[in-house]
Amino acid sequence: MSYLIKGAALPSGRRADIRIAGGALAEVGGPLTAGPGEAVVDAEGLVALPGLVDIHTHLREPGREDAETVLSGSRAAAAGGYTCVHAMANTNPVADTAGVVEQVWRLGRAAGYVDVRPVGAVSVGLQGLHLAELAAMARSAAQVRVFSDDGQCVWDPVLMRRALEYVKGFGAVVAQHAQEPRLTEGAQMHEGVVSSQVGLAGWPAVAEESIIARDVLLAEHVGSRLHVCHVSTAGSVEIIRWAKARRIDVTAEVTPHHLLLTDERARTYNPVFKVNPPLRSSDDAEAVRAALADGTLDVVGTDHAPHPREAKDCEWAAAAFGMTGLETALPIVHQLMVETGRMTWQDVAAAMSARPALIGRVADQGRPLAAGEPANLTLFDPSARWTVEPERLQTASGNTPVAGWELRGRTVATFWAGRATVLEGEVV
Amino acid sequence: MKHLLSAADLGHDQAVAVLDVAEEMAATQAREIKKLPTLRGKTVVNLFFEDSTRTRISFETAAKRLSADVINFSPKGSSVSKGESLKDTVLTLGAMHTDGIVVRHPASGAPYQIAHSTWTDASVINAGDGTHQHPTQSLLDAMTIRRRLKGGQAGQDLSGLAVMIVGDVLHSRVARSGVDLFTALGAKVTLVAPATLLPVGVEAWPAEVFHDLDRALAEAPPDALMMLRVQRERMSSAGGGFFPSPQEYAREYGLDAPRLAALAPHALVMHPGPMNRGLEITSEAADGARSVIVEQVANGVAVRMAVLYLTLTGAKEPGA
Repeated sequence: MSYLIKGAALPSGRRADIRIAGGALAEVGGPLTAGPGEAVVDAEGLVALPGLVDIHTHLREPGREDAETVLSGSRAAAAGGYTCVHAMANTNPVADTAGVVEQVWRLGRAAGYVDVRPVGAVSVGLQGLHLAELAAMARSAAQVRVFSDDGQCVWDPVLMRRALEYVKGFGAVVAQHAQEPRLTEGAQMHEGVVSSQVGLAGWPAVAEESIIARDVLLAEHVGSRLHVCHVSTAGSVEIIRWAKARRIDVTAEVTPHHLLLTDERARTYNPVFKVNPPLRSSDDAEAVRAALADGTLDVVGTDHAPHPREAKDCEWAAAAFGMTGLETALPIVHQLMVETGRMTWQDVAAAMSARPALIGRVADQGRPLAAGEPANLTLFDPSARWTVEPERLQTASGNTPVAGWELRGRTVATFWAGRATVLEGEVV
Repeated sequence: MKHLLSAADLGHDQAVAVLDVAEEMAATQAREIKKLPTLRGKTVVNLFFEDSTRTRISFETAAKRLSADVINFSPKGSSVSKGESLKDTVLTLGAMHTDGIVVRHPASGAPYQIAHSTWTDASVINAGDGTHQHPTQSLLDAMTIRRRLKGGQAGQDLSGLAVMIVGDVLHSRVARSGVDLFTALGAKVTLVAPATLLPVGVEAWPAEVFHDLDRALAEAPPDALMMLRVQRERMSSAGGGFFPSPQEYAREYGLDAPRLAALAPHALVMHPGPMNRGLEITSEAADGARSVIVEQVANGVAVRMAVLYLTLTGAKEPGA
């Protein structure tokens, strides 16, 4: 099937027609005329972005198919404008062998909505004790290039050092969930004024910052590549800024919810706002927005973490950590960063497509919208208004933190390897 | 008022009004026949997910004195992982047309969640949730202070009085609700604890903080001195290692004879109970002339009668 997209605004702001044929961008420029049998997509007023790449997604399969499957998560990703997601390793069984990562990779191919790039566990069973067979996962059909114990911190400094050293052999990266475990035993929310008043056990900023400080120094010492997941505090931003100034090879991500929300939400005791790392203070939220704008934080990663209703329909302390994000990430970034003039669409393309593809070493994703490039792109309507109704989202779980919110901007179409996965706002 | 979830929800006038009703309730308790027909036909469930014989008996007595039918329910386990979920328990009570649910729960916010859920229409009274709030405790404390130091007449507040709370503020719902209520009533509140037993963020509370009890007694002499219970397991590293030993805690923060002697002649000694005699308070202090600890218990019944009456009948507090 070939398509002709008429009148889209490229990230540069230039208007162009885009012809998609044979899985590639055949022509970008124009004006172009539709050929016989070519479907025309009216993109007047829409922004064309390279297909989004999520460096941090939980697809839950295998093991928690009641929360999400590779298929439902892939459809959610496409609906949100993504053409590639990195599926985290904390499944059951854990993705710590070539067999499991290949299974997830094959499920992704069978689903057929996005590139599903499995993340391999750093340690066997996420236990933080023994290195998993990283090379086997890297050399498997899944071609794993991102390793993470996400959900758990690689706390042991020796294990972290060995992982950073070992992945150099195949150009991979260690993505750290920075959480000092002893400082966060029983932790429920950000430790600060709000936690002192609502009486929920605190998750102090220092528990994140101390691990990041250690890890950037380890990465420098062994000359390896580090990626920091879901940076949530102003102090973490300062450490990463310092590390980059020292030319340490570190990248970092921020989630849409840490850009948007603060710990004030915990006053409702609604467990949908329980997430790890927790929602922080308004000063922290402003610091991560500023750091995304100036590039200190390289990418937006969703940390899409679906949970079945019963995992959230309970006391805050008993509830699971996490919130969904794939279908709302781009509108949130649009509202917070683009409408406010803090980022251009080129900046968004870099933070949500090009840089995450580079971090994950995904060669055919995150490419510029130019003739001859793979046809991975999304069309976004910045003027659309829509109300988030959890039951109408593609994800199998309802734990979106923006239920009932009216968001500005919506994905109208997504093309993955030349195939339309979303058209007229509907997953196809 | 429909619910009582947090002392922070009570403004000055509403708090005074609740205390006034509590005094009226207390007056009825001096009669030979203590039982009032006020809540006849209403059903109150004491839903206690955490053991507390004292608080449960106090609520049960209060409800029975108002002629309500009382059901005590103490589910074992309190989360999805252990037994029935909170939601299913409350749905069950809702289906039985319960009028009031008195909730004690180890998870902060559980009463708030029940009150704001669609699981039940019943009035919800917080009888202590996690490390969050225990509003009827602070009301009975305020009633005790007001009666002893202001005479207890209707319309009075605690203005001009200094209340000092000593001990494990970090884990204490009594301290949180006390700070909210006493300051709303115009009192000055002072907190005394080692920094390990104060929450990060306490600097935003409307209270002055000391780490040295002797200095606090000298510089901010209290009219009411409230000693908090300190759990011995908090000293072990497994319990968090909040202080090195019971002996050191007693030396630094215990109410002993010299500290008792340093108090003003009119000052009250209070404790929410149960006490660790010899740790946060000596027997000399607990049983001494300044101690109003037993009176606190008696006032607890009157305060809970007032709260049950106001929430379950939807009555307007006088003057509110």
